[in-house]
Amino acid sequence: MILDEKHKEFRKMVKEFADKEIAPRAKELDMNSEFPWNLVKRMAELKLLALYVPKEYGGAGLDVLSYAIAVEEIGRVCGSTGIFLAAHSSLGVYPVYHSGTEEQKQKYLIPMARGEKLGSFGLTEPNAGSDAAATQTTAKLVNDKYIVNGTKRFITSGSIADIIVFTATKDPSLGYKGISAFIVEKGTPGFSPGKDEDKLGLRGSITSELIFEDCKIPKENLLGKEGEGFKVFMGTLDGGRISIGALALGIAQGALDASVKFVNENKKSGRPMKKMQSIQSRIAEMATEVEAARLLIYQAAMLKDNDLPFIKESAMAKYYASTIGTKACDMALTIHGMLGLTNEYSVERFLRDEKLMEIGEGTSEIQKIVIARQILGK
Amino acid sequence: MDIIVCIKRVAQTAEAEVKIDSSGKDIIKDRLTFDMNESDTYALEEAILLKEKFGGTLTAVSLGTVEAEDTLRIALAKGADSAIRIKAEDFQELDGYKTAQLLKAAIKDLKFDVVFTGCIATDDYYSLVGVTLAELLGVPHATLVTKIVIQDTKAQVHRELEGGLVEHLEMTLPVLFTIQTGINEPRYASLIAIRRAAKKEIKVIGASEIDPANIQANASLEELFTPSVGKRAEILTGSMDEISAKVAGIIKEKGLL
Amino acid sequence: MNFDLTNDQKMLQDQVKKFADSVLAPVAPDIDKSAEFPRDNIKKMAELGLLGIIVPEEYGGAGFDYISLAIAIEEISRACASTGVIVAVNNSLVGYPIMQFGSEELKKKYLPLLCKGEKLGAFGLTESNAGSDVAALETTARLDGDHYILNGTKRFITNAGEAGIYVVFAYTNKELKHKGISAFIVERDTPGFSLGKHEDLMGIRATANCELIFEDVKIPKENLLGKEGGGFKICMNTLDVSRIDIGAQAVGIAQSALDEAVRYSKERKAFGQPICNFEMVQSMLAEMATEIQAARMLVYFAGYCKNKGMARFSLESAMAKYYASSICVDVARKAVQIHGGYGYTKDYPIERIYRDAKILELYEGTSEIQKIVIARELVR
Repeated sequence: MILDEKHKEFRKMVKEFADKEIAPRAKELDMNSEFPWNLVKRMAELKLLALYVPKEYGGAGLDVLSYAIAVEEIGRVCGSTGIFLAAHSSLGVYPVYHSGTEEQKQKYLIPMARGEKLGSFGLTEPNAGSDAAATQTTAKLVNDKYIVNGTKRFITSGSIADIIVFTATKDPSLGYKGISAFIVEKGTPGFSPGKDEDKLGLRGSITSELIFEDCKIPKENLLGKEGEGFKVFMGTLDGGRISIGALALGIAQGALDASVKFVNENKKSGRPMKKMQSIQSRIAEMATEVEAARLLIYQAAMLKDNDLPFIKESAMAKYYASTIGTKACDMALTIHGMLGLTNEYSVERFLRDEKLMEIGEGTSEIQKIVIARQILGK
Repeated sequence: MDIIVCIKRVAQTAEAEVKIDSSGKDIIKDRLTFDMNESDTYALEEAILLKEKFGGTLTAVSLGTVEAEDTLRIALAKGADSAIRIKAEDFQELDGYKTAQLLKAAIKDLKFDVVFTGCIATDDYYSLVGVTLAELLGVPHATLVTKIVIQDTKAQVHRELEGGLVEHLEMTLPVLFTIQTGINEPRYASLIAIRRAAKKEIKVIGASEIDPANIQANASLEELFTPSVGKRAEILTGSMDEISAKVAGIIKEKGLL
Repeated sequence: MNFDLTNDQKMLQDQVKKFADSVLAPVAPDIDKSAEFPRDNIKKMAELGLLGIIVPEEYGGAGFDYISLAIAIEEISRACASTGVIVAVNNSLVGYPIMQFGSEELKKKYLPLLCKGEKLGAFGLTESNAGSDVAALETTARLDGDHYILNGTKRFITNAGEAGIYVVFAYTNKELKHKGISAFIVERDTPGFSLGKHEDLMGIRATANCELIFEDVKIPKENLLGKEGGGFKICMNTLDVSRIDIGAQAVGIAQSALDEAVRYSKERKAFGQPICNFEMVQSMLAEMATEIQAARMLVYFAGYCKNKGMARFSLESAMAKYYASSICVDVARKAVQIHGGYGYTKDYPIERIYRDAKILELYEGTSEIQKIVIARELVR
């Protein structure tokens, strides 16, 4: 892929960091379900945590394309570290950057962008995933404070985050129109993390429940306007899709790289695997689809960077990259044969990590509905 | 012969689902496609044909945002010699009267024998700019023109009327025509012409050339809205005889017979 | 790489799209039925410069780049697949090798004729027993004084029945294998050169696809393209370029299938509502649209690599051709599915589009060959 010099340089920097510092730890993070605290610190030092946020708010002052590249390169070696970065940047940092008041930006955005505090995004509930209008968590304004009650689930970095953007409704019967977005800080009385999930993949990342029990949130922590939470989270998810797409792409590239290496080094029935057409066919399909996914993701990122419409393109990028990513990981595992099932090789981890990409931040089915609505003009 | 053609870039809304934006005064344009207004493409072709016949200059003018330059470049590729864009972003509340004043300001220093516009814009359906511009320029005009033959300073002009009638006029140049679709067959620009046109510069004029304070609108847009759906039509079902009986009943009931 | 088109690319797209919609699309069903070569439209396209899109102006071409070529072929193929391949062949299988490998004399002599449509081009590579396996060619060219004597038969040659200029591949020295293949320019009226049977094809039926028969055909020595023995290289390099075109053609056909499916799904009602309201249909439409956009990106990317002057871009062009043709067939299949039984009738264009799509996976290197090319670039 040919990028301009600036982005090429940036990719090189991230790639080096990923290969040297993240890759050696990926296996143990997965095996021990260990959150990579020291890697987060390193990413903060390298200014990777808020790439497209202007410098005055503690970001790197780069663009969405750079961000996609960073998630891709990190995802290539470690899905868990990748999903942390994607969740922190797209779901924690972005809504405050985009919808926050100046005070909120000073108070919350800057420490998140600098990595002094970690961010998270509480949208999903036990009974409201892709259908966010079904949100049951309530926020009632009483004497200048919102009293919040409810439970969020499957929240990436939920129990370790310091700053959590979440959605709640004035009245569940109002549907979308009742939903507002808020910021809650870790340690606020009445707010506590529930259990952390034990997951198939991305085991080095944290996925938690968040529990609100008469949790009082100051009025100034309303993010955006009251009743416009829908706008906040839709905007967040449109952008978030680019990063999930980039992560899916990175993992798929990792699976392809592993397969190419394996095929080059191994024989099957006495013949070098690289000479076998059945193997070549798989490698070619993977490589072609990975390249197509990359182009879709970069296109969506560039559209966003240029303030052009990108909803259809980001949904396409996320849907496509996750679909072909899962397929690529599956093929990679097949190419490795029985060895692929062992943790001697990383492809089984890639497959487990990649599967989430088809589910998180809007399932493939939801992405397809978004795309169809755009092309049908609905 | 010196010719000016005024063209407009419009949203193609015929088959699209049009939604109103949050200001209530404009439509959401993100996913719409845009193109040269239909009758303007015929006006442009007529202008090119005249220029090819008599020589001279052909200037294309458009009031629009920077995207209108794409449309002007197509005019250049097809045969216009130069193009002027009036920056729509410098002027608010553009009604037909204001548009005509801006066009006049943009072309007032140009020599012309004929000014062309399309007969109607498919986005706002005013049919106003051509006629108003003619009045402001102080030249005669003919609307809905379907045929033009020019000899010396006289133009023989056909206009399309209702009921299949045609009006034949004789007019003296300089003159303004608003062109009806179907008068000719608009050409496609050749690839070489496209490459040359892509490099041509488009003159851009805005608030620094035309003082917005001097351009007044006649009307201001209050609101765009989709009318609420009225009573639904009643679909009559049954055999032909039953339907006829029902129709007769309804007509009687409403006192229409 | 920039995803924005340049001004001239945008204008080219606009004008070709309009031309294709109003001139090419209306006759597409007729020429499919009659298998009649669209001569009038080819003439009109020559006037617009569409027969020499990438040829420099000094040789009568339009001097556009390879992304522009892809854009034009996509738009033409969207309206009429037969016309798409006719134009693609003229541009990249004939115009390109002459402009890239021809001597100054050959360029001056043949390129203006090709660009103006005075003589159309055809590409004589494939034989009954040599398709993807180029080394199996049986056609020979023997040097005899100032001439080469050409003998052999070519099959499945697009434009063959209507062309005037043929780029033909033959062995000048069979023992040297690949390195013994040479390329020649053969004119239609050369004695000993005749046309064999006209293929009755399933799709792209109006493309004058015929056999070429060479019986002791005397070709002037100066009509050797490039060097003697350089034919294989010319062939591979030319196919890299034409794969951009075929990818673009696939994208255009797939886009037409999607457009038809979208239109039909909005009109057709089932269970009291338009079928586009059903998630099953939306799911198919979304898959189709996403894959088409991905394919378009790969095609543009291959064009971009060629524009940059990359010496080798076989990987990118093979990816574009392989992927675009695979999804084209799949998208056409889904579009028929959305049309239901009507999609199986000739009342709707999708039936023709479905037939036109299939050849994309077969010609100019099957999908299997593309995948071998891709894999070789990766697994070295």
